[in-house]
Amino acid sequence: MADIILEVKNLKKYFKSPKGNVHAVDNVNFSIERGKTLGIVGESGCGKSSTGRTILRLIEPTSGQIFFEGKDITKLSSREMTKLRRDMQIIFQDPFSSLDPRMTVSELIAEPLNYHKILEGSGRELEQKKEKYILDLMDTVGLAHRLYNAYPHELDGGRRQRIGIARALALNPKLIVCDEPVSALDVSIQAQILNLLKDLQRERGLTYIFITHNLSVVNHFADEIAVMYLGSVVEKAPVDELFRNPLHPYTKALLSAIPVPEIREKKDEPLIQGEVVSPINLPEECRFRKRCGCSCEACAAGIPQLREVTPGHFVACCNL
Amino acid sequence: MSIFKKLTRGNSEESLEKKRQKMDAAVEVENLVVQYVTSSETVEAVNGISFSLAKKHTLGLVGETGAGKTTAMLALMNMVPDPPGVVKSGTVKVNGLDMRQLTPAELQNVRGSEIAMIFQDPMTSLNPVMSVGEQIAESIILHRHLSEKEALEEAKKMLAMVGIDPNRVGEYPHQFSGGMRQRVGIAIALACNPTVLIADEPTSALDVTIQAQILRMMKDLKEKNDTSLIMITHDLGVVAELCDEVAVMYAGRIVEYGTLEEVFNQTKHPYTEGLFNSLPNINSRQQKLQPIPGLMPDPANLPKGCAFADRCAYATDACRSGDVHIQHFSDTHYAACSAYLDPAFHIQRGY
Amino acid sequence: MAKKQSSAAAASVKQNRALEVWKQFRRNKGAMVGLVILILLILIAIFADVIWDYEQDIIATNSKARLISPCAEHPFGTDNFGRDMLARIGYGTRYSLIIGFSSVVIGLLVGVPVGAASGYIGGKFDTILMRFVDTFTIIPSLLMTIILVSIMGTSMINLIIALSISAIPVFTRITRASVMVTRNNDYIESARAIGAPTTTILLKHVLPNCFSPILVQATLRVGTAIISAAGLSYIGLGVPLPTPEWGALLSASKSFLTRAQHMCLFPGLAIMITVMVINLVGDGLRDALDPKLKR
Repeated sequence: MADIILEVKNLKKYFKSPKGNVHAVDNVNFSIERGKTLGIVGESGCGKSSTGRTILRLIEPTSGQIFFEGKDITKLSSREMTKLRRDMQIIFQDPFSSLDPRMTVSELIAEPLNYHKILEGSGRELEQKKEKYILDLMDTVGLAHRLYNAYPHELDGGRRQRIGIARALALNPKLIVCDEPVSALDVSIQAQILNLLKDLQRERGLTYIFITHNLSVVNHFADEIAVMYLGSVVEKAPVDELFRNPLHPYTKALLSAIPVPEIREKKDEPLIQGEVVSPINLPEECRFRKRCGCSCEACAAGIPQLREVTPGHFVACCNL
Repeated sequence: MSIFKKLTRGNSEESLEKKRQKMDAAVEVENLVVQYVTSSETVEAVNGISFSLAKKHTLGLVGETGAGKTTAMLALMNMVPDPPGVVKSGTVKVNGLDMRQLTPAELQNVRGSEIAMIFQDPMTSLNPVMSVGEQIAESIILHRHLSEKEALEEAKKMLAMVGIDPNRVGEYPHQFSGGMRQRVGIAIALACNPTVLIADEPTSALDVTIQAQILRMMKDLKEKNDTSLIMITHDLGVVAELCDEVAVMYAGRIVEYGTLEEVFNQTKHPYTEGLFNSLPNINSRQQKLQPIPGLMPDPANLPKGCAFADRCAYATDACRSGDVHIQHFSDTHYAACSAYLDPAFHIQRGY
Repeated sequence: MAKKQSSAAAASVKQNRALEVWKQFRRNKGAMVGLVILILLILIAIFADVIWDYEQDIIATNSKARLISPCAEHPFGTDNFGRDMLARIGYGTRYSLIIGFSSVVIGLLVGVPVGAASGYIGGKFDTILMRFVDTFTIIPSLLMTIILVSIMGTSMINLIIALSISAIPVFTRITRASVMVTRNNDYIESARAIGAPTTTILLKHVLPNCFSPILVQATLRVGTAIISAAGLSYIGLGVPLPTPEWGALLSASKSFLTRAQHMCLFPGLAIMITVMVINLVGDGLRDALDPKLKR
């Protein structure tokens, strides 16, 4: 049997707003094997970031269960949760706002050590150990030692993101949620960070949940991909299968919309029209119905459930 | 409108026609140098770029953050913030007008009517307390001398053109989604039918499906209105969709210039090659990306010789000193790379 | 080997934060001038008893030397009782500085924690607390001070208490507002993700990043408090006579405006310079503490 590190069951997160409930995460199910990467892909407002944060209980789920190594963490007290944070970490999207501007690089990387007993010892000995630990981490993520006392605003986006990664690594986690870790970076830097994350995964056996809007990034990175639309997973499949044989109309639309850096026959295939509707007070019908063009009765009758079409390939569409 | 305003406008329009020279291309930039000078440092943002854009063509200006793309385009509209920005030298001609020789009144006349700009962030580039109709009408009133009522009618037509229900003319920016706002931004830019349009990363704040819609629309509008377009972007995919010519910028210089076909299929400059290699490509899965090592040099402290030499796999000592050699491969295609002084030199890509 | 060297270098570069702030502060010429004058004023306040004898120089009247214009013997002239204005103003530094600083410190001590808790916790707690604070803000602060002083009587302590109470809502509001902005930064979430306790987040990440508006407000408030105290003394509700508080000195000058302008000029100047100096130092401190402005 596969070694499942994280399993999410019927996860829901509704935010209250004056106009009604915002269905940020609506009945999401998935599980990840240890050492693998799950890509969660979708456009802004599809609930992918909320899903990632709910898994870490940075925001509390409305309902549903999250099993980390077999334990339901939605029931943990805040003290138990703090302990668990050693094993579950997050890398944020915006390296410009996710680092406290008043802390130096070394303070930022050392901060997790203040709340968790990773290093033994006391007084000077501990200080020395800590310094070595920080410098080792800086080597790991490729930060020059001379930046030890630098402030984040003195550094470029790529280096800042390396600090974010070092912070996440400081506690030796087993699972890291990467929330759009490269989308604020330039392409040449993007590739550096992606390669770093990949190397770290290999060396440390990390499990990643990789949240992104960019399908071509996960194509390179993930083992399995879940495509989200308006709070729900509409398609989930191993990465090769998904790219070779996308089944949900939304996945197809996403794939065809990506501008490819190659000269090719100018395609004139119809683009997906319209925009994502507001996730407030959604009707009980297929979430994609308004943009899909399909007008069968089944779409209007209820929300289609994920069904296994071929082994490992799940789709939520009534036309299959 | 006061008589005084009308008079001054009339004057500047007449004087504009006097200053206009004959020119075949829509835009001509020669040896443009722009620096930001402060008491502590001089940032060399644009270091001698030259290019010309033929009428109805689209030029993709590609480069990473800090390459000087935006500064170059601000110089094109003579809008470099001064201080600290200084246009050190160079000529910039738009529709036969030397932008650096125009008076402020003449510039106002040219901006918006002959050359217009679409901004990156549709969330901040619209005024939140004006209805979208008023914002589109604003430039129509200014440049086409229509009454407010006529201008609003025009604004409705513009909205319909960019795919927004004209009945929404009285709504405010916050009532529109990001993609819709960018459509409004495009409507504003196109309101006076400019001959040259500059789009500064118009889709990088948008989702891919919306980006595809906007790009398709820009392409259609451009063809319909005979507009010349300069597209600033960091996304080579967007370039492939839209552009006829490509200029790759690095540290304030154009390092490679050519037609889309030349730059994409016969890539010559090592930096361009590096950009292609570091892109995750949806059609060809490789296990590992090949990033360009290192970082772009600090534009306040540029190295001698080729600015890319420190990150370049092919660099020799010759690259790090003296002027960079410009190698021409065809009438339209050149690369700024001293390695081509060796006739046997070639890069890996496509070889 | 190279690695070892560089790590040693990193450790030795680890600088003293206070020293760094001081270095940064020193670059600001205006703030340095302000600091020098402020220290001078504080020294005068501390050693007022040494420089002047309270009974002899400050209170004792001399009918022969009434209303002398500034001259060599009395650089600031004398008042209507023949007392040396320089001595009285110098001695008054003590009262003005104590009133200004202590009312602001008390205001900060109460206002900042309340505002921070209110802004960070939010929800009903915030709503109730803020309505309560609002009841204080709707009464003009000067009026409030007048009411309090007239209930409790005129003394310096009462004056300070009254001024502090009117300062508390200001600090509560401003702290709450900037906490609410800072709270939404990703780095707060980042701190939660690594398991930082709420109090630590509040003290280490939220408050330091709210520091500059609070500091600016505090320095402005010191000035306002000195001026309010002077105003209250002027209308007879501040420090009782013959204490040479600056406002009281101004108040005493009102009957002699046509004959002896120096009586109002010098106390006025003293108030103005003190307020200005405190603002200069406050601005300098704010810039020095912001690592983003470090060169």
